[in-house]
Amino acid sequence: MKNLFSKKNLIWLGVLLVFFFAVQVMIDTRIITPYYRQVLYWVGIFVILGVSLNIIIGITGQLSLGHAGFMSIGAYSAAIVMRDMPDMTGLLLGMLVGIAISILISLIVAIPTLRLKGDYLAIATLGVGEIIRIVILNLEITNGASGISNIKNLISWPLLFVFVVAAVVLSANFKNSAIGRACISIKEDEIASEAMGIHTTKYKVIAFIFGAVLASLAGSLYATTYYVVKPETFGIATSINILIIVVFGGMGSLTGSVIATGFIGVVNMLLQSYAEVRLIAYALILIIVMIFRPQGLLGSKEFGLDRILGYKPPLGKKPRKEKSA
Amino acid sequence: MQQFLQQTINGLSIGGVYALIALGYTMVYGIIKLINFAHGEIFMFGAYIGMIAVVNLNLPIYLAFVFAMAVTALFGVIIERVAYKPLRKSTRTAALITAIGVSFLIQNGVLMVMGANIYAFPQVIPNQFFTVMGLRLNMLQIVIFATSIALMIILQYIVSKTKLGRAMRSVAVDKDAATLMGVNVDNVITITFAIGSALAAAAGIMVGLYYIKVFPFMGFTPGLKAFVAAVFGGIGIIPGAMIGGFAIGLIETYVAGYGSTLYKDAVVFAILILILLVKPSGLLGKNVKEKV
Amino acid sequence: MKRLVTLLAVLMMVLGALTGCGPKAAETIKIGVNLELTGEVSVYGVPERLAFQLAVKEINAKGGINGKQVELVIYDNAYDTAKAVENATKLATVDKVVAMLGSATSAPTLAIGPVAKQYEVLAFTPSGSNEKVTMDGTAVNPWVFRACFIDPFQGVVLANFASNDLQAKKAVVMGSSSSDYAKDLAKIFGDKFAANGGQVLGVEYYTDTDTDFSAQLTKIKGLGEFDVLFVADYAARAGLIIGQARAMGIDVAIIGPDGFESPDLNSLAGGAANVNNVYFSTHFSTLSTDAKVQNFITAYKAETGENPSALSALAYDAAYMLFAAIESAGTDPVKVRDALKATKNFAGVTGTISFDNFNNPVKSAVIVKLENGVQVQATIVNP
Repeated sequence: MKNLFSKKNLIWLGVLLVFFFAVQVMIDTRIITPYYRQVLYWVGIFVILGVSLNIIIGITGQLSLGHAGFMSIGAYSAAIVMRDMPDMTGLLLGMLVGIAISILISLIVAIPTLRLKGDYLAIATLGVGEIIRIVILNLEITNGASGISNIKNLISWPLLFVFVVAAVVLSANFKNSAIGRACISIKEDEIASEAMGIHTTKYKVIAFIFGAVLASLAGSLYATTYYVVKPETFGIATSINILIIVVFGGMGSLTGSVIATGFIGVVNMLLQSYAEVRLIAYALILIIVMIFRPQGLLGSKEFGLDRILGYKPPLGKKPRKEKSA
Repeated sequence: MQQFLQQTINGLSIGGVYALIALGYTMVYGIIKLINFAHGEIFMFGAYIGMIAVVNLNLPIYLAFVFAMAVTALFGVIIERVAYKPLRKSTRTAALITAIGVSFLIQNGVLMVMGANIYAFPQVIPNQFFTVMGLRLNMLQIVIFATSIALMIILQYIVSKTKLGRAMRSVAVDKDAATLMGVNVDNVITITFAIGSALAAAAGIMVGLYYIKVFPFMGFTPGLKAFVAAVFGGIGIIPGAMIGGFAIGLIETYVAGYGSTLYKDAVVFAILILILLVKPSGLLGKNVKEKV
Repeated sequence: MKRLVTLLAVLMMVLGALTGCGPKAAETIKIGVNLELTGEVSVYGVPERLAFQLAVKEINAKGGINGKQVELVIYDNAYDTAKAVENATKLATVDKVVAMLGSATSAPTLAIGPVAKQYEVLAFTPSGSNEKVTMDGTAVNPWVFRACFIDPFQGVVLANFASNDLQAKKAVVMGSSSSDYAKDLAKIFGDKFAANGGQVLGVEYYTDTDTDFSAQLTKIKGLGEFDVLFVADYAARAGLIIGQARAMGIDVAIIGPDGFESPDLNSLAGGAANVNNVYFSTHFSTLSTDAKVQNFITAYKAETGENPSALSALAYDAAYMLFAAIESAGTDPVKVRDALKATKNFAGVTGTISFDNFNNPVKSAVIVKLENGVQVQATIVNP
């Protein structure tokens, strides 16, 4: 707490405020056209998704392939609540409902499955994501295959900004907290951390729920940005898209995920007319990054002020050498 | 009762296909502990090659089988050499992510070359029926069942009786020790990929013959289900994959026939999760304690 | 790290450069196309794109509209609603198109609707048949039009056909649970068939990824004798169901919606010999002797090497209806919308078309009979 108003935090706050108002001014003066604004919304929503998946994969080292399932919970909750309350209250209430359901489901899913290791866990979470999708597909309240349309559009730059910043800051704090350090130790060596007295299952479950909650939040924003939610949107392909962000930006690097999402947003925009090429390019990126730089663009490093300002940690706190995966 | 028997026949024919795909998963996993996520796409690739062999090269169906199995085996080997081999020393997560990338790449590559059009596999095996005790048996069902059983027996023979099979089993148990014993590990892995891919191609042609549709996304769902089958029977264990394949085929058919088709896939995934929790080593697997 | 910063800076500059581009002087008439061109659903989007391109090629060869050439701006939405919204926003605000064509299916079109309304550029879907597509809540969305008839109409027409023309008393219904199209049709057909005095013995649902229907068909066979099997789905599954049903000895009439229409139906059914006693409702029949229809079939074949499906026919009509509206109203999007809305008795390849209050076309349906996989008879049913 004592560091809340430290120089570093104040600089961050300043940077964020300048960025916020700069974009707002550009939107008002139409330098950022409605189309770029749409791209910006996409980037914002996927930043939250990327960062949240990074908590699970990059920080805790648990490969989850069902992230889109939790996104769908938030999206459908917001859509259903906003059917009767098409205003900001409805959206916020929908988010809360989504978060509550996500906590419940991720808890049910996490406690047993997180006992599994590595690739077994990946497949189990993939199964969970598919089950969520199939259930949504067959429920009455979610309107089955056609999904829910005519969702009130409430997205705006300030709203998006608040949630994206909140998600990233929360995740950064999570990473730097005692829980986050426990999670990182699990990633580095599960057996060793267990021997050190870390209750591994507990921390894995906490990280999983944290990621699921943020994904659900992003889903709610998705619903109010794109008018329509349908089950196919939240299939395995979306889970893999989020995975690409995490892998590309660097497993364990939150800022890496942010940069990667921005980069992919721009690439998507530039390659809009070459849709098939785009998909092949992503697949190649995934393979090439894994072969030549398996830790991703930034690895587990953060792109932070310390680095820019040439900040040297006080004596006795040497920066940890990065270990290649 | 008669309906039950008829459903059982239906389940066994789809189960044979799952079993053939599951064998590929299981062999690769057994040897290099990699879930070859792209295996479903290799199956799809095999179906396309089989179709091209019949339609464009005018090969008779048995030669089409041989041709497609050979081409797909080569394809599998290329994938292994280019994408997986550089990762043999890296983490299993990295390898799995690569496999996902390969799966995406094959799917979209085929989509780009062949288009999203649904092709119809030519019906080269006459569609005859036999009525046995009131049950309708389809010629194709018999061919599929017989072919898959035959291929599985051949595979089982290779693995348990030949020198190559011994090498494969030794690599599966301990790669380093096998190397010291003079086994060429790289070659064994390559051959494993070739055999797994060839079996997937055979399954692809059979699905083409039976269900007719050939399209770029045909590999995903059967691939996942075959994976579930492999885990069900005990991943890494060849007879396990066969039992798992038939079991998943039967379960799926019974759920569709007596319950709701809509939750058919959900039931398969629920079984997967259940198995992973209760007996992660699968039906035939032994529980192995993790070494520190 | 420096390289990364440089990279970002370059990207920013590219972004800025793109922003700087103003609209060019309008020498051509730009029409936006927002379709499913990749992914599984591209089976519906691609034929429509081909039909749009054919129509544009034809009109440009004739000197364009009011002397101006037509240019298509084509974007792929990959059946993703987020992409559909982005594309529509770009078409309306960056490319400043006169009107937008697409999408082929209902879900992306539902997402495009609010964007069309916000930026006041009409969206015209050839084949989005979900009732809600042209709606904005409970009112009509004045900016969305469609060229196909809506699902309830088809379901009713087919149920009446089964009861009256086929004299069916007992029916079994099958349909995909993965699409609204199939679910709505299955329900409406069943309700209307029952209202006509018939009996629905059972309804079987399956999902879009299914290829094996033997379990469902075995179950259906156990339900007892029936006169007609209604399959509410597209050819991709309907073809397989026809083949597998015939293979299991289910010989009753099989009827279905316009989704049956596909060059692949026969091969998917395991050969033309299996496609007997099959009826489906559609938008146009290749049996039509109308010169317009025959010309379209010839031109489409020459251009693409394939026979046109109902989807391409609908897309072709949508394009020409839009051309007519632009011809009479100029290039102001609002006036084009008004002109399209006022379309009266447009003679297209899929019938004579006017719009009702909900921007749905009022036109006739055709019920086609297949014997040995060939269309042998076409009955026109008026609304």
